[in-house]
Amino acid sequence: MKPEPAMTRNTRKITFAEATLEALQEEFRRDEKTVHLSTDVAIPLRKEFGAARIRATPIAESSIVGAAVGLAGSGFRPVVNLRMATFGFVAMDQMVNQAAKITYMFGGQARFPIVYRMTVGAGQSMAAQHSINPYPMYMNVPGLKIILPSTPYDAKGLLKTAIRDNNPVISFEHAALTNLSGEVPQEEYTIALGQAAVRRAGTDITVVALARMAHLAAEVANEMEREGISLEVIDPRTLVPLDKESIRESVAKTGRLVVVDEACQTCGAAAEIISLVVEDRRLFRCLKSQPARVCGLDVPIPFSPPMERFAVPDKERIAAAVRAVLQEA
Amino acid sequence: MPIPNQELIDLYRKMLTIRRFEERVALEFKRETIPGVVHSYIGQEAVAVGVCANLRNDDRIVSNHRGHGHCIAKGADLNRMMAEIYGRKSGYCKGKGGSMHIADFSIGMLGANGIVAAGLPIAVGTALAAQLEGGDRVSVVFFGDGACSEGEFHESLNLASIWKLPIIFACENNHYGVNTPVRDAMAVEHVADRAAAYAMPGTVVEGNDLAAVYRATRDAVASARAGDGPSLLEFKTYRWRHHFEMTSIPDLRPREEIEAWKERCPIAHVERRLLREGVLKKEDLARLDAEVLSRIEDAVGFALASPLPEPAEALEDVFSE
Repeated sequence: MKPEPAMTRNTRKITFAEATLEALQEEFRRDEKTVHLSTDVAIPLRKEFGAARIRATPIAESSIVGAAVGLAGSGFRPVVNLRMATFGFVAMDQMVNQAAKITYMFGGQARFPIVYRMTVGAGQSMAAQHSINPYPMYMNVPGLKIILPSTPYDAKGLLKTAIRDNNPVISFEHAALTNLSGEVPQEEYTIALGQAAVRRAGTDITVVALARMAHLAAEVANEMEREGISLEVIDPRTLVPLDKESIRESVAKTGRLVVVDEACQTCGAAAEIISLVVEDRRLFRCLKSQPARVCGLDVPIPFSPPMERFAVPDKERIAAAVRAVLQEA
Repeated sequence: MPIPNQELIDLYRKMLTIRRFEERVALEFKRETIPGVVHSYIGQEAVAVGVCANLRNDDRIVSNHRGHGHCIAKGADLNRMMAEIYGRKSGYCKGKGGSMHIADFSIGMLGANGIVAAGLPIAVGTALAAQLEGGDRVSVVFFGDGACSEGEFHESLNLASIWKLPIIFACENNHYGVNTPVRDAMAVEHVADRAAAYAMPGTVVEGNDLAAVYRATRDAVASARAGDGPSLLEFKTYRWRHHFEMTSIPDLRPREEIEAWKERCPIAHVERRLLREGVLKKEDLARLDAEVLSRIEDAVGFALASPLPEPAEALEDVFSE
């Protein structure tokens, strides 16, 4: 397993939102071919880079997502902030039929470096048309890379890498993490796509947890440590590419696996992660018990807080799944 | 100002190349030597050629499912086009795209597109690129009357207008979306009428008259290059053949209507002028046609001599480096 890039001495605490803004500022300074399209303009960006590059758009998701394809095919490096991931569905043709496939259909003769940012997640009482975790759908579309950061440090490092990538990359950012503070280096850094982070090292059971769930899983790990149960918490950080090797190595060590994801269970990332373990003959034989997943319920995310809380995994459900898997002989 | 004689001969040759290319593709499709589906451009040649005659190599076009004519008019290589249509490794897209996805970025041909109206936003992006570059490049997007019922038509014309982008919206109104007449799909008489909603010029153009297409486009391109923003040009034309070269859906258009439009052949129209003004003689036309046919034969030969892709090449080009 590759170690987490070392945190330098010169760090300060900033929020997730501040970290992503810094990523944009640094990359827009670095490359004048970057262009930002969004219905809402980030004032610091507009002040520094001007109205031509930091563009306020009409509410026209299809055309904004499509214009980014045209910009990218003409040598630019657009970043599109779609705000809510639910709005992204309005632009599904441009995302799936155009951005994702165009490099391939044209035989690789052009590059399409684009970043699409979308806010995901439950917990804000925004109801189903403003809350969703749709990244598993996009995992099913070859040609799109997917980042899913859970800390300010990761958000900045991954977003910078995404902007430099020569392919369409979707950055799914959980709404509940926006104001989360974390240590971020003063110095410039990037994080390679496809490198998981070990949030907690452990020996008894591997818990792969995505986005906000990585924080809950780490808290569960702290609590269960007092009972003498050692959880290894892995945050994949990017879904395409997915760091399969780190997950396999950890499961080979612990022999047990729980996958935690806020997205709906059916055809989800959790199913994919369990498959990559059980389809591996060597790993399958290492398993001491059957793997389990803790996912969002297969319902649209409800509005009223008690129902909304019920629809997504919490620490109790994660701990219960961990205990169940540990109790299997 | 009329098109100068030498240029007229060149444009005539291009129109004829499109016609002969499409006739051969239709024939080979019927012979089942070409996989998939093809959409014939026959009957609309004056539009692609008259529009692209006003473009430079570095200007960009975005095309639609009926895109062979646009490719040829922009200067694409016939061999690599034909090889792509045959699904060969030497094709423009290494056999990954086929008839509906031919692109050649080196000549500013940013791709045909299988989804109706999807090219409009992409073309708007290329025009924004041109504006940000600061030069005087322009973009052209070709689309049919069918695309005008899609939401992206509205979004794209609006974006281009508010940002004053250097783009020409080239609508080829061939009067049918598969079998649905445009009068059943649109409340206004002309697509060009809609330009008023975007505060841009909208012009109805006789699409089977090369000189008329040429003039209208020349003005729109000059305006775009000068920084005066987008234009909507509606070229009234007609496709001679069915929506596609398949029989799974019947062609329900009236026979007499098809025949009447064949009488207004855009190529015969140019031929008459060339002969009338003594630019070319009948034997010159015959020689030119023989040259074009021989060039098409070469393209088919090139395609057939090219290897098919290895199956595992399907795994390449999903991502760029």
